[in-house]
Amino acid sequence: MSDFLSGLMRFRRGPWEMVATILIAIGVFMLMQPFVLWAFTYSFIVTLIGTVMFIVVSHFPE
Amino acid sequence: MSDRTVDRVAQATPVRVARKIRGLSDRAIAWIFISPTIFLLLAINIFPLIWTIQLSFTNFKANRIGREVKDVGFRNYERILTDSDTWLNMQATAHFLFWTIFFQVLIGFTLAWLLNKKFRGNDLWTTIIVLPMMLSPAVVGNFWKFLYQPQIGLFNYIVSWFTGKDPSSFEMLGSVQLAPWAIVIVDTWMWTPFVMLICLAGLRSIPDYIYEAAEVDRASKLRQFFTITIPMVLPFLMLAVLFRGIENFKMFDLVVQLTGGGPGSTTELTSINLKREAFEKWRTGYASAYAIILFVTVFGLASIYVKALNKVKQR
Repeated sequence: MSDFLSGLMRFRRGPWEMVATILIAIGVFMLMQPFVLWAFTYSFIVTLIGTVMFIVVSHFPE
Repeated sequence: MSDRTVDRVAQATPVRVARKIRGLSDRAIAWIFISPTIFLLLAINIFPLIWTIQLSFTNFKANRIGREVKDVGFRNYERILTDSDTWLNMQATAHFLFWTIFFQVLIGFTLAWLLNKKFRGNDLWTTIIVLPMMLSPAVVGNFWKFLYQPQIGLFNYIVSWFTGKDPSSFEMLGSVQLAPWAIVIVDTWMWTPFVMLICLAGLRSIPDYIYEAAEVDRASKLRQFFTITIPMVLPFLMLAVLFRGIENFKMFDLVVQLTGGGPGSTTELTSINLKREAFEKWRTGYASAYAIILFVTVFGLASIYVKALNKVKQR
């Protein structure tokens, strides 16, 4: 856990990619879940943030 | 031999061209070679993408070219993301996606595990199992339509043989309850071999000495399965899940052939709904926003897919 946090603080690729991946996964889940409409409404923005973040952080050092 | 070929090429090059090439740097020559590809990529992929993004902020209709095009800001996105019908289409897609992946992984992995055991006729069975994957989705859609026929369909007769029901008492493609399962069955039948092949590659990449070491340590077959087989095949399984997830998210041809999105809109997946908005209702601006939403989702999933692929490559 501390490795993950220090990786985030030092802008390392691995942990930041993990955060972006989780955001994308949450966004896709929100898009397709059958429970609440508001989650569907905000799904696109969550997926978009995750995707853009993934593109940016994939250029961070290992 | 290669020197002679080089000499022949050099001699065949016209003197004027040869002089020009000699004056160019290696970098410039490299750019000359890749520029047609870059141009094609820009023309076929990037330009339509940028144009679609631009159209998604307008009320443009492709069947009314002369009409004034108004900038509507984020209204198209807002309407899509607050529309309960679109939400239902997403749920239909989610149902299709979840169950197809579940069955494909379950059956695909089981088949791969069985085929990984050495037995006579192993290769023949692999070829037979892989056959559905090689067929065109249009062909598969058409012949499953016949199989699902209530009067003459083989599927209904098989089900009736097991359940004792009258074969014509249920319609797989005409019933609201059964139609979503009918498309799941067909996609599973068609694409399980693909998952099986990926799992088979994963299983065959596990070195025998790991199992031998486990045997020496007296690990049971069940323990070997859960502590060696599953963890080592997991990246391959993840790859298969992501690949099928992305493909099924865009599923169009098979479902159009089978149900056309019906009955009602129970099997209307997002891609079918998008096609209706774009080419039946001609709401091009709205459909462009819809396409961008789907594109961002698929792009996000594809990013994870590439990451998983790199992990598998590193092994």
